Amino acid sequence: MENKIHFQYLIDGDDFTRAGEASSDIKSKLKMMNINPDAVRRVAIAMYEGEINMIIHADGGTIDVDVYPDKLTMVLKDTGPGIPDIDKAMEEGYSTAPDNIVSLGFGAGMGLPNMKRASDEMEISSVVGQGTTVTMTVLF
Amino acid sequence: MLVSEIMKTVNATLLTKDLPGQRDISHAFSADMMSDVLAYADSHMLLITGLSNPQTIRTAEMLDISCVLYVRGKKPDELSLAMAKRNGITVLCSNLSMFDACGLLYQAGIRGGIINNGE
Ligand SMILES: Nc1ncnc2c1ncn2[C@@H]1O[C@H](COP(=O)(O)OP(=O)(O)OP(=O)(O)O)[C@@H](O)[C@H]1O
Ligand SMILES: [Mg+2]
Repeated sequence: MENKIHFQYLIDGDDFTRAGEASSDIKSKLKMMNINPDAVRRVAIAMYEGEINMIIHADGGTIDVDVYPDKLTMVLKDTGPGIPDIDKAMEEGYSTAPDNIVSLGFGAGMGLPNMKRASDEMEISSVVGQGTTVTMTVLF
Repeated sequence: MLVSEIMKTVNATLLTKDLPGQRDISHAFSADMMSDVLAYADSHMLLITGLSNPQTIRTAEMLDISCVLYVRGKKPDELSLAMAKRNGITVLCSNLSMFDACGLLYQAGIRGGIINNGE
């Protein structure tokens, strides 16, 4: 069952400029592995949205990626404030992002629904005051 | 449309060195919110935006967007430009407003995509 490759990324919660470096790295690795382009694109979108969320809503964290022959799983874990109402957070247009984030081009409340669309499976577990873990699977 | 024709249409300058040969672009998406670009834009579209931080180029990279047009005279910083070059993204800059740039490109035959709300 060890037919997988593991990658781990540490996401710096203070550096918005570098947001997306992990997603960019995974994207180029998957391309080199000749994974089909549609799946690569879906992984990139889902992970990028998640990475941005970890930076703008929490304080960074870790992303663990496992690449299997037929799928990829990613676990995005932060120790931020948590999400009090996950159903509400999943609604298109719901955002608690402050104005300074909006002026950076994010905070439309589109990220979580877009992650759900881009992935084949998504699960959020969150405890207020402790943090959020988002697990997504993309089938190749 | 070829990149050179887009440049002529909106009076844009090329900020990345090489003009790609025969990259044909038929559709575009315009927004200042990258959230919306990520949710709605398709690969190979032209991205028209007035947002000039590095996340614009990151967003284009994630979506396999090969050409970004900055409007209102906005210019990407060094970091963005380096990122664009590394990823083979062509960067254009026009002094026109978003409205005028979009109008002229539409008139020249570029179309938007289908927005699939809620599926
Ligand atoms: N990792 C997280 N930690 C804490 N809260 C989060 C986290 N991710 C999302 N949220 C909450 O869920 C809301 C919705 O997230 P979503 O990604 O859909 O939108 P957004 O990040 O606000 O805007 P966009 O993604 O369009 O830039 C956020 O505004 C925030 O309140
Ligand atoms: Mg988000």
